[in-house]
Amino acid sequence: MISIETFSKDAENWFAENTPRNLDFMLPLTFMEVGTDQQFDFLRDWQRRVYEAGFLGAAWPSEYGGGGLTDAHQSAATKVMRAQNVPIMMNTIGLSWAGPLILDIGSDAHKKKYIKGILSADDIWCQGFSEPEHGSDLGNAQLRAVRDGDDYILNGSKIWTTHGHYGKYMILLARTNPDASNKYAGLSFILTPMKVPGVRTQKIRKLTGEHGFTQTFFENARVPVDGLMGAEGMGWKIAMKTLEYERGARGGQAGGYSLTETDPLEILNLARKTGQLDDPVVKDNLIDYVIDAQALNLNGQRAKIGALIRDNPAGLPLMDKLAKTEFAREINQYALTLQGTRSAYYVDEPNAVDGGWWHRSYLNAFSATIGGGTSQIQRNIVGEHVLGLPKSY
Amino acid sequence: MTFEPQAFGRLGISQEQVELMDVAERYCRDHADVAAVRTLMETGVTLDAPAYAEMANMGWFGITIPQKYGGVGLSLAESVPVAEQIGRRLMMVPFISITVAAQAILEGGTEAQKNHYLPKIAEAGGAALALPEENGAFDLADISATAALEEQGYILSGTKILVENLSTSDILVLSAWVDGVVRLFVFETSLIPETVRRRELLIDETKSSYTLTLDGIILPHTAIMDEAKTAATLQRIDLAANLLGSAEQVGAAQSCLDYTVDYLNTRKQFGKPIGSYQALKHTIVDAYVGYEKARSLLYAAAHNFEDQGKGEIATRMAAVGAGRALSFAADRAIQFHGGFGFTYECDAHLYRRRAIFHDSLFGNTRWHKKKLARLLFN
Repeated sequence: MISIETFSKDAENWFAENTPRNLDFMLPLTFMEVGTDQQFDFLRDWQRRVYEAGFLGAAWPSEYGGGGLTDAHQSAATKVMRAQNVPIMMNTIGLSWAGPLILDIGSDAHKKKYIKGILSADDIWCQGFSEPEHGSDLGNAQLRAVRDGDDYILNGSKIWTTHGHYGKYMILLARTNPDASNKYAGLSFILTPMKVPGVRTQKIRKLTGEHGFTQTFFENARVPVDGLMGAEGMGWKIAMKTLEYERGARGGQAGGYSLTETDPLEILNLARKTGQLDDPVVKDNLIDYVIDAQALNLNGQRAKIGALIRDNPAGLPLMDKLAKTEFAREINQYALTLQGTRSAYYVDEPNAVDGGWWHRSYLNAFSATIGGGTSQIQRNIVGEHVLGLPKSY
Repeated sequence: MTFEPQAFGRLGISQEQVELMDVAERYCRDHADVAAVRTLMETGVTLDAPAYAEMANMGWFGITIPQKYGGVGLSLAESVPVAEQIGRRLMMVPFISITVAAQAILEGGTEAQKNHYLPKIAEAGGAALALPEENGAFDLADISATAALEEQGYILSGTKILVENLSTSDILVLSAWVDGVVRLFVFETSLIPETVRRRELLIDETKSSYTLTLDGIILPHTAIMDEAKTAATLQRIDLAANLLGSAEQVGAAQSCLDYTVDYLNTRKQFGKPIGSYQALKHTIVDAYVGYEKARSLLYAAAHNFEDQGKGEIATRMAAVGAGRALSFAADRAIQFHGGFGFTYECDAHLYRRRAIFHDSLFGNTRWHKKKLARLLFN
């Protein structure tokens, strides 16, 4: 097997040579921000190239299309991608949620059918958890799945479906038993084809003015029972498991990275560029952000050192999303205040600072403080599961 | 450009640190509790004498003193978990003063001074610092006290404030101008007569300190420390005190949070535990997040302390993180205890007072941020 050092060196060289630079359109920071066909096509092609070069899915089994190497190899490649600030891997739901789940509990046939397409981005995956009436109260999802022979018949609707209109498959949380003993026990987890009669997507226009999400309607849509993961009634447990893959609390992700973190040093450059860095008030603010960014980075390192988290092993993983996404929102918001009169402009306006990047990033930052459990829900989770406080209703 | 945490230091831990963490956690948990601290505090005592003696026996005051001077020979990083656990139990033991005074002698003492004082400190503790003055400056070189060289010794003039743990110390490190240069001295505390010591009233009643009127006190010629090392020694004192002060505050923040969470779980209003109300729950979570960040910054500072450049940045970041975390947790602790929080009986004010006290010594948040701006943006 190739050594990690060599593999890492190969990755450095490959990305140095092959990463597209100086594009004439703006790239998204996260997979949720893909707003135009141009961005989508570009990122899909880019992911395929990275996969074909061997730097995505390196640790997944070779018999299903992976690289057959180790997690350490993939980590090394991912580190290079971050260091060289390359465009993101966009098929995130497949790479970080569906793929690890299928490899973990799926059948051999599932693995043969789905894994390669996830890595090559031929098969775009999306997630169907939230419903229009059930956002934060996910366990109350009502989309109905009724067994009929070898099919489920689906009725209901899902919302915030990232890449919904491009999607070939969806990981779907559906209610198979409305009479279960509690709301969680009635849920099942189904790998669902999107391009079948009765499934319709409707684009949602985001606060940025761009598209990116859909609402997805199911009207007597027939999908094969074969897509059921685990058993009926295990849907909630499996959904929580996918969250753990996604947060990196479990191994198994394909690697690559789906989210570019805003770098406080870029804010520093912005302050310098706009002539604000001599202002002691600005310096004071920037120091706060640098310290915060450093603390969050160190949290990530500390989470891997058992002796330094033993008081509260769940603490760092559970607070991570809250702390990071709120921080990203805050510094992007702050960046607007460094632009003086030009903070009035938006994307595509020639007078805009950095082409309106900061404005769009600030508005998009809410996708992370709201999506995947709002910051307010996150505080409940940390309060209840880490500090042991009573439930809030 | 991407943000490289390596620029400000990575995080790691030594086997010795883990071992000391285990020992300190167990010892401090079993030998201290806030009720006992209160009993001492209310009689004006600021020393847990049995714990002090036991810590000396366990060698804790010599952790950072090299073996050739009778110590354990570890680095400051290893003393961090000890300071953290002492702070967590609000224990009345001057571990920080002793350790920092030893660092000062180690950095800036002559070989004779090191041989004379360090073994004593390693064995029994008993060392203190007389540095700040009435001008309230954090800058350790911003002083007015003088030492005039005469045949019989150095004749002191001026006033020192916030001399911690004087009554339990045999050894004192002091700063004063000599011939237009700031110099450091180390000598026996017995040279300072009782009559010129005034006990100060501190915001943190678990600590003790004195104002010293130095006029006319004569130090022997042998008390003066290495001239070439003065600046480096002042820097070392500053950073070591801030590293250990951060540890003490992080420890205190942990127990302050535990104390408050316990109340939120048990106190009921309108038929429900008050911790079920999100106005309180979400705020205490924010305090907890601040505490975890401070802990990460602390361990990074410990790990990188001896690295030129990174060490200072990491330490000042840790000081900002720890000061903020404890101040916020304790401020909200008072508020969330409601009417009880306004009483002397509630422990919340002990934590708040501790944070204010730390902000008074060796720099507060604003001071550290100013230094960081210079280190990072120039």
